[in-house]
Amino acid sequence: MAEPKRVALFVTCLVDLFRPSIGFAAVKLLEQAGCAVSVPTAQTCCGQPAYNSGDKRHTKTVARQVIAAFSGFDYVVVPSGSCAGMIKIHYPALFADEPELAERARELAARTYELVAFLVDVMGMTRVAATHAGSVTYHDSCSGLRELGVKSQPRQLLASVTGLTLNEMPDCEVCCGFGGTFAVKYPEISEQIAGEKTAAISASGAAMVLAGDLGCLLNIAGKLKRQGKPVQARHVAEILADMTDQPAIGEGSG
Amino acid sequence: MSDGRSQTLAAIRRSLKRGEIAGAAAAPLEARLKDHRRNLIPARATSLDHLGQVALFVKMAEGVQASVARVSTAADVPGEIAQYLAALNLPAKAVLAPDPSLDDIPWQDRPLLDLHKGRAEDGDGAGITACFAGIAETGTLMLLSGPESPTRNNFLPDTHIVILRDKQILAAYEDGWDALRAKNTGMPRTVNFITGPSRTADIEQRIELGAHGPRRLHIVLIDDGK
Amino acid sequence: MRPQSHAFKANARAALGDANLQQAMNNLKTGFVARRAAVVALLPEWENLRDAAIAIKKHTLTHLDFYLEAFERQVVAQGGHVHWCRDAAEANATVLKICRALGAKTVTKGKSMIGEEMAVNDYLAANGVTPVETDLGEYILQIRNEPPSHIIAPAIHLVKEQVAESFRQTHTELDPARPLDDARQMCDEARGILRKSFLAADVGITGANFLIAETGSSIIVTNEGNGDLTQSLPRAHIVLASLEKVVPTLEDASTILRLLARSATGQEFSAYTTISTGPRRAADIDGPGEYHVVLLDNGRSALLGSEFEDMLRCIRCAACLNHCPVYAAIGGHSYGWVYPGPMGAVLTPSLIGISEAGNLPNASTFCGRCEEVCPMKIPLPRMMRHWREREYERHLSPARARWGLAVWAFLVTHPALYRPLAEIAARALGFFGGSRGRFRTLPFAGGWTDGRDMPAPQGRSFHALWAERQRGRA
Repeated sequence: MAEPKRVALFVTCLVDLFRPSIGFAAVKLLEQAGCAVSVPTAQTCCGQPAYNSGDKRHTKTVARQVIAAFSGFDYVVVPSGSCAGMIKIHYPALFADEPELAERARELAARTYELVAFLVDVMGMTRVAATHAGSVTYHDSCSGLRELGVKSQPRQLLASVTGLTLNEMPDCEVCCGFGGTFAVKYPEISEQIAGEKTAAISASGAAMVLAGDLGCLLNIAGKLKRQGKPVQARHVAEILADMTDQPAIGEGSG
Repeated sequence: MSDGRSQTLAAIRRSLKRGEIAGAAAAPLEARLKDHRRNLIPARATSLDHLGQVALFVKMAEGVQASVARVSTAADVPGEIAQYLAALNLPAKAVLAPDPSLDDIPWQDRPLLDLHKGRAEDGDGAGITACFAGIAETGTLMLLSGPESPTRNNFLPDTHIVILRDKQILAAYEDGWDALRAKNTGMPRTVNFITGPSRTADIEQRIELGAHGPRRLHIVLIDDGK
Repeated sequence: MRPQSHAFKANARAALGDANLQQAMNNLKTGFVARRAAVVALLPEWENLRDAAIAIKKHTLTHLDFYLEAFERQVVAQGGHVHWCRDAAEANATVLKICRALGAKTVTKGKSMIGEEMAVNDYLAANGVTPVETDLGEYILQIRNEPPSHIIAPAIHLVKEQVAESFRQTHTELDPARPLDDARQMCDEARGILRKSFLAADVGITGANFLIAETGSSIIVTNEGNGDLTQSLPRAHIVLASLEKVVPTLEDASTILRLLARSATGQEFSAYTTISTGPRRAADIDGPGEYHVVLLDNGRSALLGSEFEDMLRCIRCAACLNHCPVYAAIGGHSYGWVYPGPMGAVLTPSLIGISEAGNLPNASTFCGRCEEVCPMKIPLPRMMRHWREREYERHLSPARARWGLAVWAFLVTHPALYRPLAEIAARALGFFGGSRGRFRTLPFAGGWTDGRDMPAPQGRSFHALWAERQRGRA
């Protein structure tokens, strides 16, 4: 029996603050796949807020911390396409003029994966032992899709969930309007784009929307709730890990 | 204005952090211009034999709302055109481009087809022209300006009728350029690549045919023995 | 046009509330977007053609001076003229000089974004030469006195009722009782009106999609036939082109042309792709007696060798506009100048300055759809980020944002401090979110809660729970 892969979970600041159950779902899935999961304590954020605001200096400071904290593991797995993309695609470019750090960034990038892509592409997972009696639709978060090629993997695993029906929505690959800082700098435009997304979700007829990024899901759920639409929102990991005991996003116990 | 010229060139070189390209450095660039090598050409038309290319041309041209009538010989052309105009309830009248390649067509067989040779003027409802080549790849006609083929004849009339022969159909645009170079007469003032009739989608993205150019493009394709 | 990019937020707000605009922009999905996808699917060589086109452009830009000089030599050899203009003022003066030398009274125009950059219409009109836009969309805008909102479908922001209204107000010689209910009727009306202008024009001005060094030619890619009537009927043909339009050979142009119409409108090829070379030949019986190329720098040479150089590969297809969720929401006028959408967000600050145009590269989610559909694979989000970096370096971003980032950066690089604060925030917000699990209003959340609820945190931070779990297992 091979040594279990040593995986470090990069939780992401949004999951840490808003929805820890996603982190625990990720751990469960990784352990199901045969990984030994650690959570380095010196992690906070991947640096995107500074990076996308044009603040390279602070981005680099944060990135150095991440590179240091996540050294020594076989893999770094992230339940977010945008954070995984930040580490995998943007960190090496960030240190283009610092060769030693660039090399370490490249080395980290090579072992960093978005969660579902890791399960399918690296661990060879083809099915999950989960049940969900209902219809879902899947929103392709932009970074995961375009930076990391996450498209077929979540659909493949969702197809193995007992009782689940996947209704594709029109324009599933179109942005939801979150864009991190964009949602607070240009909230009206952001909210309009979110309205297009919720219209597409309604058009799918699904009772639930899933995605791989909590940023998107907070935005989408926020809009759905304001519109009084009954569609629930969860992170795809929650369904795949069969961990839906907590209320859906933006819903309470009441 | 030499001022603008020298300053612009200097600005380009400054940005590219080098001086003028001259002598040996210029040789490969000169060669690139002279050799005009082809880049990747889609296999859509080039993978077909000529018969296939003709069929593709017709299919693509019809796909953009050109109408294509196939006739067996030049002798059939006047009758086909008379029939075409009559079927659309258009006057049996057209301006004929003064192109010698149209001389072998027996226009006199249809005396009721009122033709006058020359440059088109506004008010000419229909215009008949020849053309240089047909490009199978996209059902495109290649027309060259010249004393026998004034450009305005392709644009002023409401109906543009083009006489094309099977053997003029080539696979790709690059074949058209090579054929033009082979004439050794240099570039004409205008080369028109025409793909279907005039159109616009400027109002609510709804496609309407016949904006400022011809409303109708009719291609009479002569299967001239090939 | 006078830049209004500084008023982006206000203009965008107005656009979001404009029912006509929102209805018009809805057509993008079923129009350009769907058609492009369909036609690209028919061409197996699509990706290879993109790479070939990029290679052509990169090579050309690296040797731009050489190819421009080669182009000029060929133009002159055919009897044409090349006028090198550093900026819009020089270009306008050149155009006017040519018109005056011919005693021109009216000028027909094919669509030209360089012409918009130059504001050549206003300049000519102020100097006694009447410009007539002939592209249907541009003509509609001219009579409405509005700028274009899209680089290939300039009137895309209008619904047909608005067009009909403008026609009735302007074409007063026609029967007021005439029906103008559909696009067909309006097209026919414009055809008749503009035909007169085509025939009367002294000079025709077009843009150029490409300039060809090998032959000294310019290419225009159109569908209406207006560009062709503009470039062949008058006594002179003036081409407005910026430096980066040049490509080496006819073959190179053919390669890029295979990408252009497909990316722009979803056509295999435009109805009219026209290659113009010099004035009419001695034996020709029609054609302009003069051929002038106004070659405009206006900031392009400065982009070479910079982190924005890739923008010079742009072939103005507007695929990025068509696929941008921000553009679809707010339309082109919100961007406040000539170039909207993602390509406008990158190009505009380089032409009119980041102080004026700073909102444009900031108003993006970086979804990356633009780069994905760009035939030239221009890294638009990356270049928008470069603009944000420049703004930050120059302290142009608001002080509050810089301060906020500094505080945030401090916290996230001190995990020992961040942890307890995150746990407190999770508990507090989780508590205040109550049994509903969300907030209808939330101060300090920007305008988030104006149009959306904010889901509440679950009430504990992951790290706190994980630490508890680990202690429980120990």
